[in-house]
Amino acid sequence: MADKLRAQQQLEQLQTRYVGVGHADTTKHEWVSNVHRDSLASYIGHPAMLEHFSVAFNEPQERVRMQFVDKMIQPCGPPKEKEEI
Amino acid sequence: MSSAISLYSLTLVPPSAVTSSIVGQFSGRRQQEIVTASGSRMQLFRFDPSAGRLVLITSTEVFGIIRTIKPFRVAGSSKDCIIIGSDSGRIAILEYKPEQTQFVQVHLETFGKTGVRRVVPGQYLAVDPKGRATMVASVEKNKLVYILNRDTSANITISSPLEAHKPRSLLYAVTGLDVGYDNPIFAALEVDYSEADLDPSGQAYREIQKTLTFYQLDLGLNHVVRMWSDVVDRESNLLMEVPGGADGPSGVLVCTEGHIVYRHMNKAVHRVPIPRRRTPYDDPARKRIIVCGVMHKMKRDFFFLLQSDEGDLFKVTIDYNVRGVEALKIQYFDTVPVAVSLNILKSGFLFVAAEGGSHNFYQFVQLGEESGENEFTSTDYVKGDMSDYPAVHFHPRPLENLSLVYTMDTLNPLIDAKVDNLTGEDAPQIYALAGQGPRSSFRSIRHGLDVTEVVASELPGEPTAVWTTKLTAQDTFDSYIVLSFTNGTLVLSIGETVEEVTDSGFLSSTPTLAVQQVGDDSLVQVYPKGIRHITASKEVDEWEAPLHTMVVAATTNSRQVAVALSTSEIVYFELDDEGQLNEYQDRKKMGASITSLSVGDVPEGKVRSSFLAVGCDDSTVHVISLDPENTLESLSLQALTSSPTALRILSMPDSTFVENTQLLNASSTLYLHIGLYNGVYLRAVLDTITGQLSDTQTQFLGARPVKLFKVTAQDQPAILALSSRSWLAYTKDVSFMVTPLVYEALEFGDGFSSEQCEMGIVGIEGSNLRIFMVNDLTENTKSDVLPLAYTPRRLVRHPNRALFYVIESDNNTLAPDARQELLSTSRKQTDYEDLPAEEFGNPKFSGKWASCIEIVDPLSQEKLARIDLVSNEAAFSVTVCSFAASQRRREEEDEEVDRKPDGEEEEDVYLVVGTAKDLSLAPRRCGGGFLHVYKIVDEGRGLEFVHKTEVDDAPVAMLEFQGRLLVGVGRCLRIYELGMKRLLRKSEYKSRNLNNIVTINAAHNRIIIGDIQQGVTYLVYRHSDNKFLAFTDDVVARHTTCVTMLDYETVAGGDKFGNLWVLRCKESVSRDADEDNGAQLLNARTYLDGASGRLDMLAHFYVQDIPTSIQKTQLIPGGREVILYTGLQGTIGVLAPFASHGDVDFFQQLETLLRNEARPLAGRDHLIYRGSYVPVKSVIDGDLCEMYAVLPVDKKRSIAAELERTVREVERKVAGLRTRYAF
Repeated sequence: MADKLRAQQQLEQLQTRYVGVGHADTTKHEWVSNVHRDSLASYIGHPAMLEHFSVAFNEPQERVRMQFVDKMIQPCGPPKEKEEI
Repeated sequence: MSSAISLYSLTLVPPSAVTSSIVGQFSGRRQQEIVTASGSRMQLFRFDPSAGRLVLITSTEVFGIIRTIKPFRVAGSSKDCIIIGSDSGRIAILEYKPEQTQFVQVHLETFGKTGVRRVVPGQYLAVDPKGRATMVASVEKNKLVYILNRDTSANITISSPLEAHKPRSLLYAVTGLDVGYDNPIFAALEVDYSEADLDPSGQAYREIQKTLTFYQLDLGLNHVVRMWSDVVDRESNLLMEVPGGADGPSGVLVCTEGHIVYRHMNKAVHRVPIPRRRTPYDDPARKRIIVCGVMHKMKRDFFFLLQSDEGDLFKVTIDYNVRGVEALKIQYFDTVPVAVSLNILKSGFLFVAAEGGSHNFYQFVQLGEESGENEFTSTDYVKGDMSDYPAVHFHPRPLENLSLVYTMDTLNPLIDAKVDNLTGEDAPQIYALAGQGPRSSFRSIRHGLDVTEVVASELPGEPTAVWTTKLTAQDTFDSYIVLSFTNGTLVLSIGETVEEVTDSGFLSSTPTLAVQQVGDDSLVQVYPKGIRHITASKEVDEWEAPLHTMVVAATTNSRQVAVALSTSEIVYFELDDEGQLNEYQDRKKMGASITSLSVGDVPEGKVRSSFLAVGCDDSTVHVISLDPENTLESLSLQALTSSPTALRILSMPDSTFVENTQLLNASSTLYLHIGLYNGVYLRAVLDTITGQLSDTQTQFLGARPVKLFKVTAQDQPAILALSSRSWLAYTKDVSFMVTPLVYEALEFGDGFSSEQCEMGIVGIEGSNLRIFMVNDLTENTKSDVLPLAYTPRRLVRHPNRALFYVIESDNNTLAPDARQELLSTSRKQTDYEDLPAEEFGNPKFSGKWASCIEIVDPLSQEKLARIDLVSNEAAFSVTVCSFAASQRRREEEDEEVDRKPDGEEEEDVYLVVGTAKDLSLAPRRCGGGFLHVYKIVDEGRGLEFVHKTEVDDAPVAMLEFQGRLLVGVGRCLRIYELGMKRLLRKSEYKSRNLNNIVTINAAHNRIIIGDIQQGVTYLVYRHSDNKFLAFTDDVVARHTTCVTMLDYETVAGGDKFGNLWVLRCKESVSRDADEDNGAQLLNARTYLDGASGRLDMLAHFYVQDIPTSIQKTQLIPGGREVILYTGLQGTIGVLAPFASHGDVDFFQQLETLLRNEARPLAGRDHLIYRGSYVPVKSVIDGDLCEMYAVLPVDKKRSIAAELERTVREVERKVAGLRTRYAF
């Protein structure tokens, strides 16, 4: 029992430290949103990638960056209603 | 393993896109400097007012992704340091050491994982204006605050990090707040998404609020608290710090869509709108945002320059008193290119680091006080919502407050390139498409130093040689130009006008061999029959060559003269104290006839140069002593591959390695420069004591015998080497460079110095006398620029003419036809005159495309024709295709009219352009695509529209394939045949595994397609049943951008994440695919929905910049083939194959040692950096190997010892590899 508790605690610790660490009940929406947020953060963080998007959209990099951070708020739409069990 | 390859990666042109730029006193001197971060490079520039240009002082590769840089200065210091936010998961503080011209790491503290991650800080940096603390933040959640201080010995100290994390919140911007010497405060723009994540109705998402939060660092308690938070406009994107303490009201400007807001803790809010341009094309749906800005503090005042997304600069000022802010004011200032970063120098200059195209450097003429522009004040915008107020406008106009001083040319963004030799020179040129929107251009890039011609004048005959000379030892400038003809000598004086001098004392009836100013004020002329010594009072003292002999070669310096006679004897003269030339009693007889002589310059503080180099036509060079103890005694001998045609003893600055001393940088070594009959140039170290030659470096210059001349370029001694091209040998940083001049091939040259042109070169070319200057030794490529209309997408060359077809398209831009339409419907202004697009950009309009096709002649630098696409179509792909069907039809026609096919008549060639209609990129939607077919007429100089064919998606890749057209349309690969009314679809390949085909390569029946997401697939086309069969694909889903075939089995390519890779298909699979009669491949078991075979990865390398084109080519005459790639941010680089296993081992060892000894400045591990996505394989990083040259001497020694070589050998090997493949 103590082992289980410790494992649980360790997992929780990981979850607080690293965003996106899943758990047994991770929904598809959570997972996909997480992947999208990671991707968007990567697009912003790599200057060449941001420029790539900026050239394609023909918008200033600052606007593209702002749009990408905006998208990170809810990249895949609202979550699904939780089913009552 | 025999199939293994080893590649050496070299950057030829570093990226020129600036990610971030800062200004400060980094050298600790009064003058401010600019530091830019581009790609993985840090560059330091200084403005040179006399030359009116920004001079690159140093450029350092940090082997990491620099995301942001910030300057800071701890209290009491007079020097600014730099903090880097990078992908290393560490905070790095750098200091610039002017004496070493290098950046040095002061601190490196680890705080998180490496890589660009959502929650690892490094994206945002903010510094307390008083330099007491810094905040490093990530896009989501994490913020770390470090306290910066000084210890008693003035070293910078850094605390352990203090956390200010906020889970589930996104950060838009962060800045330090100027609070004087109160506890430091950082302002952050945040959004908390935790509720939106839990609310299925979407209500919480719609009600999400953006907050401005102040984080205070309590220096006493040593922790960070959230001090204040308030809701700001949802669309806010940028924060600007407002001066505080004694200088201003403190607080921040929050820039948002359409307006700018002043905010401060518990203070009143002030808002001003961002004025819009008054044009008939205004898209009401588009709101202006501020993309960047700069705050400038003056003695008692401060102002902001904020730039809108159209490039307009607005001056924002704040009226304040002790109670706080009274009003915020905004006024149109000027229009400059859209920037990533703006910097103001105290000396009154503005640096604009542009997003695309060249970076500009402006001088302030005035500060907009008298411009008469409308000023908008926050007191008019107090109540209600900003959207309730009517929009405010201004008239854009040419620069009034700024004047352009200097433009720093860039290749950013570099979108496509082809290497080709159209000019018939020795080396090929790179034809590239660079720049964005109306600031884009077609560039012809060639390797070479750019020169400025001062004089080019025709002479009465064809001179054989030219010299310049001073009249006295004290003169700073040259007075005479001496020209030697086959039958005479002409002396010209240098002054306001160039005139012939008749009383120079020179013998004019004979050709001349050498001219020299000797002693204090006399001149020496060496001619075939003797030597003429002319004193200042024009008294002549002659020495005549013995009877039946001639002087064949001569060399001089200010105290010594040596001549070689046709009898292979050397006669040596030295100047005595009375200024008389005295012949040495003995003559030295050489074994073979003498071709060239050289005595070096007299070293400072000595009375003579102690060596004479003698070249003989038995392919040897002798070094002969001129010391009094052993005059004319042979010291050493060097055998050569061909007879030496020119010799020159000249010391050059380099990283001299003297075994017994610690002396290293900024000294010079004595070299013997040798030019050979077969066009090879050698440089050997000449030992100053023994006269021995060692460490020879060679380079092939051209087909003609080499001539060498001593010149001065950019304050350093250099060698002008003339062969079938003119070259300059010089030292760059510490490495030795031999670079061609982008100029006429000269036949003879000399240094030239006058008041107008201090460090010039004079040369003769045919019967022309040319005087020119070398502009810049740091830039070894020259590009000719031809401006284009919109962002270029692809270029294709005419199959046999030197012409390029360029397609261009711009998103969110009004095309000329759409503009006309708007003008005709708007009632306001019908006679509106367009603003020049190069300065003001094209009018923007959401969802619209502007696109055109242009024909470019790179040789005459002209644009021959332009076709604008209409009805919102945009071109994305182009190819030249000669359709077999068209040939057949023509032959039939010929038969009908019974005409003999005319052999000289060219076959019909067509240009096919793939376009998309109403394309929207995110989310991707497309109103169908078209294939426009144009017939190329008028010898390639014109296009004749034939027909257009509708397809279901945007065609992004096209290629001619066996007289038909291969097109990648979305996930389909199709073959089209030319019909009378449209293109006819003949065959199609479709796969669930494909998303969008972006590249096509073909050889024989093999077609290799690259998918935007799914990597590379090999297909075979079978004529028998008109079918495509995929037989090999990739194991990694590469987001391909460009692919080229290295051989029948192998491809090299690049992907969107900045990787380069080489893939190969197994030989057996490749053979089977070609030999297969159908059954086997057709019935082959697919694996996970893919093809039956898999590609092997041979090499993989991360270059950071996104490769946009890749090509196998040869770059230098006589060099081996390399893989050349171009990167989006303006990189041009090569992957060169190693010639021998020995080299591979050596460089592998060197790379490993350097990884430990030269640790990257930003704290990223080199090996992990180069393997960011896939572990690096079979590629050695040449940029790292070249770091060896700039290491401190003890490190150099220890590495050389590990490699069991001398330092000089290692340096030579590293430098040699570059010259062997590229430049």
